Amino acid sequence: MPSSHDWINKPLGVVEAMFAQSNSNPEWEAKVLEYFKGQLKEKESHSWVPSLNDVPLHYLKPNSLVKFRCLVQDMFDPEFYMGVYETVDPSTKANVLRCGKYKDVTECGVDLNSRNTVTAERQTFYCVPIPGESPWAKEISFLSAARVVPSTSYVPSRQKRSYEEDDDDMDTQPQKQREPHTEPHGNGDSKRQETEAPSSQTTTPSDCSSHLDLNFPLPGERGPACLVKVYEGLDSFKLNDTLEIYGILSVNPVLTVLGEEKDPSLLLLNPTESMETPEEQRAHDPPASLVPRLHMLYARPLQHNNPLLPSAPTEDQSAFVSSFLVEMASVRAELLAYLTHVLLGDGLAAEYLLLHLISDVYTRRDVLPLGKFTLNLSGCPLNSYTERLYQIVQQLVPCSYRLSMSLHTMNSMRLVPKKDYVANRLVSGALQLARNTSLFLDETQLEQGQLDSSGVRNITALGNLISWQKVDYDFSYHQMEFPCNINVLVTSEGRSLLPSDCQVPLQPQVTPPNMEEYLTTIHMAQFTSQINKFRVYLSLARTLDYSISDEVTKAVEDDFVDMRKDDPQSVTAEDLHRMLVVARLLSLSLGQTTLSRDGWMRAKHIDMLRRSRTEQQKSLNGNEP
Amino acid sequence: MSLGIEVDMSSPLMYGTPSSRVEGTPRSGVGGTPARQRPDLGSIRKAPQVDLHSDADGAVASEQALGQKLVIWGTDVNVGTCKEKFQRFLQRFIDPTSNEDENAGLDLNEPLYMQKLEEISVVGEPVLNVNCSHVQSFDADLYRQLISYPQEVIPTFDMAVNELFFERFPDSILEHQIQVRPYNALKTRNMRSLNPEDIDQMITISGMVIRTSQLIPEMQEAFFQCQVCAFSTRVEVDRGRIAEPAVCRNCNTTHSLALIHNRSAFSDKQMIKVQESPDDMPAGQTPHTTIVYAHNDLVDKVQPGDRINITGIYRAVPMRENPRQSNVKSVYKTHIDVIHFRKTDEKRLHGLDEDSDQKLFTEERVQILKELASKPDVYDRLSSALAPSIYEHEDIKKGILLQLFGGTRKDFSQTGRGNFRAEVNILLCGDPGTSKSQLLQYVFNLVPRGQYTSGKGSSAVGLTAYVMKDPETKQLVLQTGALVLSDNGICCIDEFDKMSDSTRSVLHEVMEQQTLSIAKAGIICQLNARTSVLAAANPVESQWNPKKTTIENIQLPHTLLSRFDLIFLMLDPQDEAYDRRLAHHLVALYYQSEEQIEEEFLDMAVLKDYIAYARTYINPRLNEEASQALIEAYVDMRKIGSGRGMVSAYPRQLESLIRLAEAHAKVRFSDKVETIDVEEAKRLQREALKQSATDPRTGFVDISILTTGMSATARKRKEEVAQALKKMIQSKGKTPAMKYQQLFDDLRGQSEAAITKDMFEEALRALADEDYLTVTGKTVRLL
Repeated sequence: MPSSHDWINKPLGVVEAMFAQSNSNPEWEAKVLEYFKGQLKEKESHSWVPSLNDVPLHYLKPNSLVKFRCLVQDMFDPEFYMGVYETVDPSTKANVLRCGKYKDVTECGVDLNSRNTVTAERQTFYCVPIPGESPWAKEISFLSAARVVPSTSYVPSRQKRSYEEDDDDMDTQPQKQREPHTEPHGNGDSKRQETEAPSSQTTTPSDCSSHLDLNFPLPGERGPACLVKVYEGLDSFKLNDTLEIYGILSVNPVLTVLGEEKDPSLLLLNPTESMETPEEQRAHDPPASLVPRLHMLYARPLQHNNPLLPSAPTEDQSAFVSSFLVEMASVRAELLAYLTHVLLGDGLAAEYLLLHLISDVYTRRDVLPLGKFTLNLSGCPLNSYTERLYQIVQQLVPCSYRLSMSLHTMNSMRLVPKKDYVANRLVSGALQLARNTSLFLDETQLEQGQLDSSGVRNITALGNLISWQKVDYDFSYHQMEFPCNINVLVTSEGRSLLPSDCQVPLQPQVTPPNMEEYLTTIHMAQFTSQINKFRVYLSLARTLDYSISDEVTKAVEDDFVDMRKDDPQSVTAEDLHRMLVVARLLSLSLGQTTLSRDGWMRAKHIDMLRRSRTEQQKSLNGNEP
Repeated sequence: MSLGIEVDMSSPLMYGTPSSRVEGTPRSGVGGTPARQRPDLGSIRKAPQVDLHSDADGAVASEQALGQKLVIWGTDVNVGTCKEKFQRFLQRFIDPTSNEDENAGLDLNEPLYMQKLEEISVVGEPVLNVNCSHVQSFDADLYRQLISYPQEVIPTFDMAVNELFFERFPDSILEHQIQVRPYNALKTRNMRSLNPEDIDQMITISGMVIRTSQLIPEMQEAFFQCQVCAFSTRVEVDRGRIAEPAVCRNCNTTHSLALIHNRSAFSDKQMIKVQESPDDMPAGQTPHTTIVYAHNDLVDKVQPGDRINITGIYRAVPMRENPRQSNVKSVYKTHIDVIHFRKTDEKRLHGLDEDSDQKLFTEERVQILKELASKPDVYDRLSSALAPSIYEHEDIKKGILLQLFGGTRKDFSQTGRGNFRAEVNILLCGDPGTSKSQLLQYVFNLVPRGQYTSGKGSSAVGLTAYVMKDPETKQLVLQTGALVLSDNGICCIDEFDKMSDSTRSVLHEVMEQQTLSIAKAGIICQLNARTSVLAAANPVESQWNPKKTTIENIQLPHTLLSRFDLIFLMLDPQDEAYDRRLAHHLVALYYQSEEQIEEEFLDMAVLKDYIAYARTYINPRLNEEASQALIEAYVDMRKIGSGRGMVSAYPRQLESLIRLAEAHAKVRFSDKVETIDVEEAKRLQREALKQSATDPRTGFVDISILTTGMSATARKRKEEVAQALKKMIQSKGKTPAMKYQQLFDDLRGQSEAAITKDMFEEALRALADEDYLTVTGKTVRLL
């Protein structure tokens, strides 16, 4: 453990030293970035940087280097700031050049008329913690990061306990209706927040002191939101990107005070200030104690937020991948067995669920997203089975959200983000999710009744999400399309009212008298190490490359022609689409990066099984469409 | 000028303030017309002029003589030269090729701006709009100064104009002196590219108004009165601040001056928020917004939702320094002081012409497009670039391509026929799962003004317009729906068959007259809806029944169907070779490398530009041969039918032939519609008819299936059954009433062909229409 952590504790000192050396040669800016990048490249060094996600804000030193794992929720307008300015020392009357980069406020005595002032541009992103991040992912990243926290006085002491607590929850309080994203601590609290959230979103509070709406995409989310000041590479960032940002924390109380005082006479003369509505001011300049500012030095786009996997594509990762590939098949078998138990002994459904969990929109061809695999699990038993199922899924994937599609939520919830022009910000909605988030749509909650117009809009939005993997954000004068990459799993009684790529009717082999108990026992039987393996497996399988050889292409073509020959109605282009996706996912799930003939036959086989099952279901129910 | 007394007369920055207005009746002439403050140019700064050669202060008096050396501090603008240059520009600038609608009615071969001055003298509106591109082509240096130092140059222009104007029209009376409003600074850019270098420069940006504030009175000049001796003094606002005089100049009392609000001068000001227009944005980012201040008569000129081009001066103001705090936020507030607004969608509402979306193409881009157009196989190339992920269906893609280009807009309103529809409407019907929706999605993504709705989810109001209360102004406002929004674009309607009848009925007007009449909540109006409709419909029975006609399969009223230029069937061809190619295509889709995908995206961008360019600049007209070919084609079509005693073509078919031929000419970037265009139009139409209008009973193409909803043979047979029934009843003699069932059985026994109950009932109905009989319950009575 190195003794000098100046670049973490006093990054501004480093910046200023470089600025002083530069003699206003603009290259110093690149040098600063280079320096911090270099420091972070060193082994383990990034784990010394305290994370805003794990350490409470008041334990962090102002103006120190921190990191933040987040989602870009909104992008504000670019702002001009004093990149270089001159101050006049009141005692000596000497002019001093100063650097304004990576800072919110200037030193005293700025000479506004100085000719040496350099105006520069930066942009502010409003970032929130990754929505729907599973508690286990938070816990593990917390554990691994908090080994050395040189710049804080904060000693994490309760993490070990709460991690167990999380597991305990499953067995000690089985009756308790756990909310999907309840955190291990403060159950009741987050529940209350959840009921509050919708109302506080619709009505903007009128006075400044009232509860601040931090604009999280999902109700009941917690954690710090952050205003990230971005200096370089503005075009490379996109809305909804997940990033790990390294930057200088700024919590200067001046930021808050500035907006508070309002002298009416001054306002008359300086109307620029009165131009911002109070709502806008609140959204753009919230108190720094609640929404800290982060001046970005370095940002790393995250492929995934699974803390068990090395996140950067380095040699590290490839070594990790190749070592894990060996185990792949055996882990798959174990996971399949586990899922089969969870799905009441239905092996086929378990197979499909597994494929669904590793699916990913890997590319788009004009408007067509390729690789999406929305699964509709129909015939789910009622009475909180789906809830328990979600909890199990949540234990496996790093990001998830369960949307209970009850009539009330569909009518009242905001799914699609909407631009609020009064506050000049993008009001988030539940469909503003990070890539590869598992969205669990629980249609068993749907009851009879009438959807109102917002309900219809929400259903349309979900349909668009499933069919095209895009969400049309509402900019009130027009809509703007944002592509997304969300794994949608629909559980329903009959066929879902939403479109899906593939429907699997669940055929329970066992009917446990007590569902809760049954599932809990299955869950308990797994060791944490085992579960961790599953977690790594699911994240890893998704990142593998995939190709089809010419030979197999030919075989697939022949096969398709043959199938059509017998009965052209039985296999359509759509079926071929689906089978190709299934084949891809099946190969990847076995750690194979090319499609083999066997792989294709297997894909065809399980698709046949699934189809015969749906047919059977149709004839059974008769009235099914 | 008799107004300024103690100030330097030659300074362009010396502006009369409202306080210096001459009271009483306005007189004419420069001196007599009050000047008006221009808050859009910023607060009046007392910028000194600097003599480059000598520091002697005598410059003021002999300004004309030393004019060449005198520049405004901080710039290289010499007032005298600048004024002279601008006057020369006004007097001499001629633009014979102008096609701006503002110049309509002016003689293009005479100096343009002199005519405008004349207009001012007649109309009395003291504003002169100057197109910056004119200035640039006339004098590049003057233009550069205008862009770089607008705050100094524009007042000089004002002076120049006023001198010139009152010299010419000494007797005209204006409300205030003429103000010059430059627009279209060639440095037009989108909001995203504004950077610190643009501060204090003149810029033109485009965007959409999203919010306007209330009117703000802004103090221009403060009026102070001494509480002791009632001496009054005026202080101008400098950069938002008033220097309150500490001492009364008259009686030397300190701190005795008080501000008198109602004698201070204020000007109107409005804050407007403008958002980047969605077309200018990179994907995946949120639009930027900019604050714009409008002053005086520009206040309330724009409404939220307007798309505008703004010319103004970009400003950055440091955040107010707080005396109680030692350090301040290091951020500037930026805004634009607007000089000129230009609504870009204004013309759209008036329907004058369609080059309102003046998409700017760079020279190279145009070159690339033209090169592409000169290729002989451009038509095939473009159609294959359309939705490459969808396999084959070449003719459908070609049809859609022609739809994207559209015909030439013709105006026959003089002769009472109104506008001719230039938009091509296409209906796709076919089995579910034949990627119809995908094709629609693609088109929707391709065109700038496209709308996508699903027949299932849309109501008549959603398509047309509805009235709602604006949450902000509490007024009733008309919210336009998909059809109006896609004016000049394409409205994609999926699941056309699931649409309710009332919704569909709206489409009748739109698809032929291209307008939309609304009578709701006291708002009666007609909106333009010059939109092409691309619709997709599924057959009523989940599978397409080849034994039935199109109408029977999709159950849409024939009145609506006949409004589609092309109706295509997207069916599963079910043949082995096709299957193989399809499989190959799909498999390739799933493993193609990144680069190949990259390439295609480039194609989409080119395709977009190609279409935009052709739509804007190419307006093909029929040449003699093509007209002849069209006539022949139509006559031929009529002839086919006449042999079998039925009508096989209607004028509507001819019209759509013309549209398709024009669109094909547009694809070739040709100004003339030639025979090859007609040939292709004919081929496509025939292809579409072959698919959709073939009578399954006879195998012939029968246009009346689409125009009347029934094939000619079917109609003939109906007639025959009715006649047979009539004959049978007549043969029975005088029986006033018969049993329904018995009659049916008799007819069945008599006829050789199988008679279904439907046919029997139809025949009864036909006879009832002839007033031959009536049917009441189970009995049939003769009349």
